[in-house]
Amino acid sequence: MERPTRLGLTGKGIVLVLVVVAVAYPLLGVIGTSFASQTDIIKSTGLVLWPDHPTLDAYRTIFTGGVVSRALLVSVGITVFGTAASLLATIGMAYGLSRRSVTGSRFILMTALFTMLFNAGIIPNFLLVNQLGLYNTYAALVIPTLMSAFNLVVLRAFFMNLPEELYDAARVDGAGDFRILLQVVLPLSKAVIAVVGLFYAVAYWNAFFNSLLYLQDSDKWPLPMVLRTFVLQGQSLSGAAAGESVAPQEAVQMGVLVVAVVPILLVYPFVQRYFTKGVLTGAIKG
Amino acid sequence: MAETAPPMPLDKRRGKSKAPSPPPVAQHRLSLWQRIKRDKVMLLLTLPGLLYFVVFHYIPLLGYMVAFQDYQPYLGYMHSAWTGFANFSSAFGDPAFWSATVNTVEIAFVQLIFFFPVPIALALLLNSIVSDKLRRFIQSVVYLPHFIGWVIIVSIFQQVLGGAGLLPDLLGDLGLPRYDMMSDPNAFPWLIALQSIWKDAGWGTIIILAALLGIDKQQYEAAAIDGANRWRRLWHVTLPGIAPVIILLLILNLGQILSVGFEQILLQRDAVGPGSGEVLDTYVYYHGIKDNQWGISAAVGLVKAVVGTVLVLGANKFAHRLGHEGVYRGADS
Repeated sequence: MERPTRLGLTGKGIVLVLVVVAVAYPLLGVIGTSFASQTDIIKSTGLVLWPDHPTLDAYRTIFTGGVVSRALLVSVGITVFGTAASLLATIGMAYGLSRRSVTGSRFILMTALFTMLFNAGIIPNFLLVNQLGLYNTYAALVIPTLMSAFNLVVLRAFFMNLPEELYDAARVDGAGDFRILLQVVLPLSKAVIAVVGLFYAVAYWNAFFNSLLYLQDSDKWPLPMVLRTFVLQGQSLSGAAAGESVAPQEAVQMGVLVVAVVPILLVYPFVQRYFTKGVLTGAIKG
Repeated sequence: MAETAPPMPLDKRRGKSKAPSPPPVAQHRLSLWQRIKRDKVMLLLTLPGLLYFVVFHYIPLLGYMVAFQDYQPYLGYMHSAWTGFANFSSAFGDPAFWSATVNTVEIAFVQLIFFFPVPIALALLLNSIVSDKLRRFIQSVVYLPHFIGWVIIVSIFQQVLGGAGLLPDLLGDLGLPRYDMMSDPNAFPWLIALQSIWKDAGWGTIIILAALLGIDKQQYEAAAIDGANRWRRLWHVTLPGIAPVIILLLILNLGQILSVGFEQILLQRDAVGPGSGEVLDTYVYYHGIKDNQWGISAAVGLVKAVVGTVLVLGANKFAHRLGHEGVYRGADS
């Protein structure tokens, strides 16, 4: 094939640099602003990329404020418990459905898959959660969105693609279905489970919809709800911070954003390389 | 995608069923109960998941009976009065409902035209990068926003485009009128599309990149030998190669068309006002859960759900007609 033209290369380069900058700049700006002092913010327009007088005042305000710390605790809690529960349920179901010979597995699979085509809607879900007594409990942040049919399909496809000989060998050695899952299937599926786990964890970490609908008490709110009131609706944190705050409001708001994004940034690099593999076994091989 | 296996020669098939290996024969002799007993571990493992899907996806469908009732929470489903289609006629008689419908369709339309092609273009661009390392770096960057929640994304946009944000400040410095896109009702659909692109365009490239990987390299060589230049190869080899995936994504999008991002829009509805910020989902939320008009909003939700499902099924059928796989044929391979 002919070599790429210089014009084509330059055009491509410019577009890709713009794409990367468009994604990275706001994120770096938020982080920079959270360390900025009042003078930095006045001097800049909008976001401070590199504060001249970096300070931790914003974070001091956030973590002495109580509101953010508590919300952080709630978010960590529902993310950890929710992800564990979701993974357990999804792994069990995906493995249970991974062998075609299992009686009724096709019907059960279809029952789960059909839920990708329709959505029960806000009102019926709300009434159900209410009737189950979950309203205004932390369980309402986890149970109504415990599983996703998509993640189920991803895991099941992966389990099905493991070589049949492995199952046969384990069976010859006398392992039952449950032991095969624990000692053969799970150790081989770490990568896929990491990806699916990240999907679930991110959903719980960002849970806004469920908390908006089902949590009445603001002291039970997870981080996204607190973000909404303090960052989007601009309510001041300093009331809760006993009035001794010296940090500029913008820095505090950006600090709260950073607190919400950092966990994702920390986990992301470790799981990122499995994305394509994980997503595609589900999407393409379905 | 799924290629049909050539039919097996008859003698081979017969040979197999005669073979002494027990499973295929034994299976039919077992009663249902025996088979369930044999598979009990596997079935038990599926139980929590099955229970979840039934309780939280199927039982709420029964809850739609509220749409035909004058539902009173303290009376419950059983004792609330049945009103037939009265809720539907009240909804259809409410100008706010029609305004929400128009907004929903408008936002969906702008999303479809401006958001939908971006991942495809981006994937083609990424695919053409020769350096593996560079491509992976760019991919890591563009996938990232997908994992950031809407509250955070809207907050970031507020900092960049909002009243005291980067863009108005820049415009102000240049002596131009300060433009605040976040509170401009006319720009709302564009804002929504812009945010969706920022968040999900990169993530959307994954499936298309995979489809690109699946294209036979020899086709490119053959086309090149036939004298096809870069653009003709794109047109005659690449695009037909990824067409099934594009159609699949289009169908899925059509099904979602009335569910334009609920969280995203709810978060920004107040800044532009319900006139252009109210969509069907926010209508249901504000009328039902905020104003306790359970029946009417359930009716709206039901209409929306039915139209959405009909759209997916219809689009899928249409794709089958065109000879493509669609969404759920082969979902169980």
